Amino acid sequence: MCGIVGLINSNRIKENGTRIKKGIHLMNDRGNGLGAGYAAYGIYPDYHDFYALHIMSTDEKSMDRAKQYIDRWFNIEHDSSIPVWSGKIIDHPLFHLFFVKPSLPPGERGSGEESDDDYVVSKCMELNKTIDGAYTCSNGKNMGVFKGVGTPLDIYDFFQLDNYEGYSWLGHNRFPTNTPGWWGGAHPFSILEWSIVHNGEISSYGINKRYLESFGYFCQLQTDSEVIAYLIDLLIRQHGLSITEATTVLAPPYWSTIERMEESEEKDKLTTLRVIYEQAMLNGPFAVLTTFDAGMFSLTDNTKLRPMTAGRHNDYTYFASEIASLYEMDNDITDIVTPRAGQPITALFNEESAGVNL
Amino acid sequence: MEQRIDQPGQYSNFQPVFDLELCDGCGECAVQCTFNEIRIEPRGDRKIPVANRQACGACHRCEVMCPRRAIYIEEKPLALRKHAVWKAADLKRVHYQSSSGAVNLTGFGSDKDLPTYWDNLVFNACQVTNPSIDPQREPMETVTYLGRKALSRQEAIKSGSNGSLIKLKLPVVFAPMSYGSISLNLQKAIARTAVEKGLIWYSGEGGLHEDLYPFAGHAVLQVASGRFGVNPSYLKVARAYQIKIGQGAKPGIGGHLPGEKVLSGISQTRMIPEGSDAISPAPQHDIYSIEDLRLLIYAIKEASGYKPVCVKIAAVNNSAAIASGIVRAGADMVYIDGFRGGSGATPSIVRDNVGIPAELALAAVDQRLREEGIRNQASIIIAGGFRNSADVMKAIALGADAVAIGSTVLVTCGCHGCQRCHSGKCPWGITTNDPEISKRLDEDWAFERLSNLIDGWSHEMKEIMGLNGIYDIGSFRGNRLILRGVGLSEKELDILGIKHAGE
Repeated sequence: MCGIVGLINSNRIKENGTRIKKGIHLMNDRGNGLGAGYAAYGIYPDYHDFYALHIMSTDEKSMDRAKQYIDRWFNIEHDSSIPVWSGKIIDHPLFHLFFVKPSLPPGERGSGEESDDDYVVSKCMELNKTIDGAYTCSNGKNMGVFKGVGTPLDIYDFFQLDNYEGYSWLGHNRFPTNTPGWWGGAHPFSILEWSIVHNGEISSYGINKRYLESFGYFCQLQTDSEVIAYLIDLLIRQHGLSITEATTVLAPPYWSTIERMEESEEKDKLTTLRVIYEQAMLNGPFAVLTTFDAGMFSLTDNTKLRPMTAGRHNDYTYFASEIASLYEMDNDITDIVTPRAGQPITALFNEESAGVNL
Repeated sequence: MEQRIDQPGQYSNFQPVFDLELCDGCGECAVQCTFNEIRIEPRGDRKIPVANRQACGACHRCEVMCPRRAIYIEEKPLALRKHAVWKAADLKRVHYQSSSGAVNLTGFGSDKDLPTYWDNLVFNACQVTNPSIDPQREPMETVTYLGRKALSRQEAIKSGSNGSLIKLKLPVVFAPMSYGSISLNLQKAIARTAVEKGLIWYSGEGGLHEDLYPFAGHAVLQVASGRFGVNPSYLKVARAYQIKIGQGAKPGIGGHLPGEKVLSGISQTRMIPEGSDAISPAPQHDIYSIEDLRLLIYAIKEASGYKPVCVKIAAVNNSAAIASGIVRAGADMVYIDGFRGGSGATPSIVRDNVGIPAELALAAVDQRLREEGIRNQASIIIAGGFRNSADVMKAIALGADAVAIGSTVLVTCGCHGCQRCHSGKCPWGITTNDPEISKRLDEDWAFERLSNLIDGWSHEMKEIMGLNGIYDIGSFRGNRLILRGVGLSEKELDILGIKHAGE
């Protein structure tokens, strides 16, 4: 059991983390103090063209090695430690922020690293794998992930999220079960522009992980939810699927449903997606909230074994595991949607809604 | 008629025992025994069965068919001096061989006590955090597509329809057993079951009897080293084709159907003269390298209108590298047959000493194709000693797309594993084409039993998926975290790519 919340303003009006904190704090019983986290988009406007690497390390030595590594493969525009307040949390890792661009021009990069995005993914995967004790929490542009072991309030205060202004926010409250409660394993999980929070357990993890490995994604964070972020990156960014197609891959219709359909292009397409992306399908209970540069979308498993609701008010869309949290974030919500099993709900920024491949 | 025992070793490990109080002397047992183990003798004013104590192989045909339930088969204690090296079977093998000077033949899968890794693998299960799924209430799907698949949606749009993919309702297929090695009745029953249950059946290298043409749409027809029965219509009708390179029970050697078994139906189907030996050479004499294999794959594709092509190899140590070559040579399916695979006739010295377990080859091939980024280009079908639905699901979790069953099919139809398939006298009418004996296997009865087996396994496989919280076989396939080893060494776990139980 976990709790998840999200909020997004379609006109990119920014606010600090107060409301997302209220939303997730209300669902305190959905966690056990062993993990919480937030993702905020729009927080680094001055460096919006640079990849913002949030690096976590267990000690100074690992951080030094991570810095050397980043310095070797990237041009660092600016870097600083991420401000933390360790009043309540005594024993915590170190956090450092780098604004970077790839240092190698496309012609000199390794295979599969031609685009800047591919390069960043490849180098960060390598960092997670080879530098003991150092991990990438997030590496997108103009966004960041703040997560750790503690309650949602502890982690909020630890990272002083009152001081960040974002136009879309994710929050997560963790009750770890099958994997350890450690800093790297807290949610959100993020890769490039994608951040996800997840409530559930992925019983297909074993094959999702092996499938991703053949595309160069390496799961290092000991948590099943990690695969969801990478799958979304693979499907949407690398394979060019629309959001609907990608969510269809992750929570596909049953074969029996497809077989009942009339012969049509849609039926062929669903069959193709299921056949090709069998190993990307998620099994087991899940409710996932995904944020990206153009907006936010939620998805639940085919039998809806985990809750998800959404609400709207003016330019705001809110997502939460429980309706009460929606009202906690905005008491004037006019419109509540409870998605059916497997049905995604998407909220986009106004200026993006024409350009995004739904 | 008293049989004289004049050679060492001419006695069997089994004997029928008759309860003469129940027996009414009907003589059915003597008729049923095709090995001439039972004779009927007058005893006072009645007739009684007597065992010849020479040929019983524990096929249990007499016991099952006795109308009075008056027979049971007993293991006959051979009072041989215990010896750590020279066991009874070793003595008998030498006795038997020295009576003829020939190669000792045997049938069925190897009975040698080498590890069966399936028995050291256990499934994980859901508890609390991840709910199990009840197959009685929720949809559970086992639909499987075999063949070459696109890597991505863009590639699929370029390559066009999914038409060449083979759809299975359950990831179980019927292993190649030729008409000749098994009776036509059984092959028909298998083909009917495949059509009825949405599966496919492999023909083996025996051609396609005209009665089976209506079932060719679910058949994978074989092109093997003898090229028996391969003709233009054969190359048009099937769902897919299989090039046989090797067989798990006899890796590296060919096949031999003795002339006395080549009766008229087999002669016509195989396109060889009646009474002539049907010899499949060890290598295909037009394949001496991977390039040659590629030529044959594409020759068959051209001839068949681009039907999928499957290449069958025996499991050996470098299966992974071979499989990679096969996929790159254009095969749409790789079929791997482990050393427990069955056989209609095999030198026992080969059956019991050559090849490797299917489990290890499967794990290595699946991993290798993934590492090379070509796993999507071919499906893996694994065979060789699958006894139950748990074995099947373990193979799926290791990475197989589908599992082929052969010996299990025979057992379904009465086989008791007496290992005398090569004799052509199978008392159950399974591995014989003697017109009188093969009549014993009723096609409808075999069809019903095979259908029941598939239904039963389907239920069990769904249970295993459900207890792992998985509703679709696709999330089970290659999901090695579901499997754990018990009592296996680090090295074995490493090759299988799984963790030890409790980890």
